[in-house]
Amino acid sequence: MAAVKLYGPLASTATSRALACLLEKQVEYQLIPVDLKKGEQKKPQFLAMQPFGQVPVLQDGALTLFESRAIVRYIAEKYAAQGTIGLLGKSLAERAVIEQWMEVESQTYNPPSSFLVFQLAFAPLWGIPQNQAEIVKNEKKFSKVLDVYEKRLSESKYLGGDEFSIADLSHLPNTEYIVKATGKSELITSRKYVNAWWEDISSRDSWKKIREMSKAGNKK
Amino acid sequence: MAAIKVHGYHASMATVMVLCCLNEKEVEYELVLVDLPTGAHKKPEYLALNPFGVVPTIQDGDLTLYESRAIIRYLAKKFQGQGTNFLGSTLSEEALVYQWCEVEGQSFNPPAFSIVSQIVFVPMRGGSTDEAAVEMNVEKLEKVLDIYEERLSKSKYLAGDFFSLADLQHLPCTHYLVNACGKGDLISSRKHVNAWWEDISSRPTWKINFT
Repeated sequence: MAAVKLYGPLASTATSRALACLLEKQVEYQLIPVDLKKGEQKKPQFLAMQPFGQVPVLQDGALTLFESRAIVRYIAEKYAAQGTIGLLGKSLAERAVIEQWMEVESQTYNPPSSFLVFQLAFAPLWGIPQNQAEIVKNEKKFSKVLDVYEKRLSESKYLGGDEFSIADLSHLPNTEYIVKATGKSELITSRKYVNAWWEDISSRDSWKKIREMSKAGNKK
Repeated sequence: MAAIKVHGYHASMATVMVLCCLNEKEVEYELVLVDLPTGAHKKPEYLALNPFGVVPTIQDGDLTLYESRAIIRYLAKKFQGQGTNFLGSTLSEEALVYQWCEVEGQSFNPPAFSIVSQIVFVPMRGGSTDEAAVEMNVEKLEKVLDIYEERLSKSKYLAGDFFSLADLQHLPCTHYLVNACGKGDLISSRKHVNAWWEDISSRPTWKINFT
């Protein structure tokens, strides 16, 4: 069977989201880097796979699939019987709650956290001026969101319930950058239950592996 | 069996998305009004259902669920045997449905919602439209719709040759853009997007929401 191909740079949060799921499900894959600095994602060859010119893209046999959260759902369903079991819950109701928190991540957690990561971790590296007013605004927004997470995680070990699921997995990439690269780690660490949840999910083998791969990549 | 309760507001795009889905699946429901103009969604009673204080939230027996896109995915799976089949016939087709659902959520909705918000909701709340923001988001949305035009020139619906959740997700916001924001040209100027819009917006289940 053709190996699964994932196109994207490991440093991209969307790419590592998809990769984390491949690792959890123990799917054999090839990670094919895409050079964003050189604009590879805007070249015709890439646009033929992903017309929005964004990473990552998954190829699994005849299927070409983009949008990391769609990739995560597909991998979790297709390879349901292998690797970490229960990523989609054990019932329709459990799956529904997991999907709810996937959407919360997508619509409510991602926008302010992505903004902060871009402004605080990447803008300085790339010589782009920071927007201080917007940073303050987004930090406030993100804090309010995290307060809701704190309550949820005080009542439930993981977002979807008792078990680790794709909902928790979806949060790994942005939260890693928030904690490691923005100088705003206290947003996570100052909240008892959010911090415990973060420590737990980021110490899973899949995320440890991604951290190792990132380190190895940065040494080149 | 008790009808599904939908806590929401008739003018809320997210609420209407869920109601349309229930219609498509031929599922009985009860709409429980959450009066947004008086701040009902921020009161303790509602926050107990949805701690983010946004509509809609559904109650189906013991299950309380929010986020409209998660709700319609739940309904599509739960009622898979009845009404419209929203998820395709194979895992690969289902994956493409998820892909275009994500495109709606990540690329179409942000600029489209901003336009509707500025033109319709901000004045309703006593503010004035930020024309520069509208212009910026129209530009963004045009780029997205160019890609839709290309896709829909090759595929009758977004995920394939079948109407899916991905198409349904676009109904409420596009309806507002065309009918309440004077931005119909964004759709009508694109041959295949227009044909797609004419098709999905003339579904009987969609028309029901606005009578």
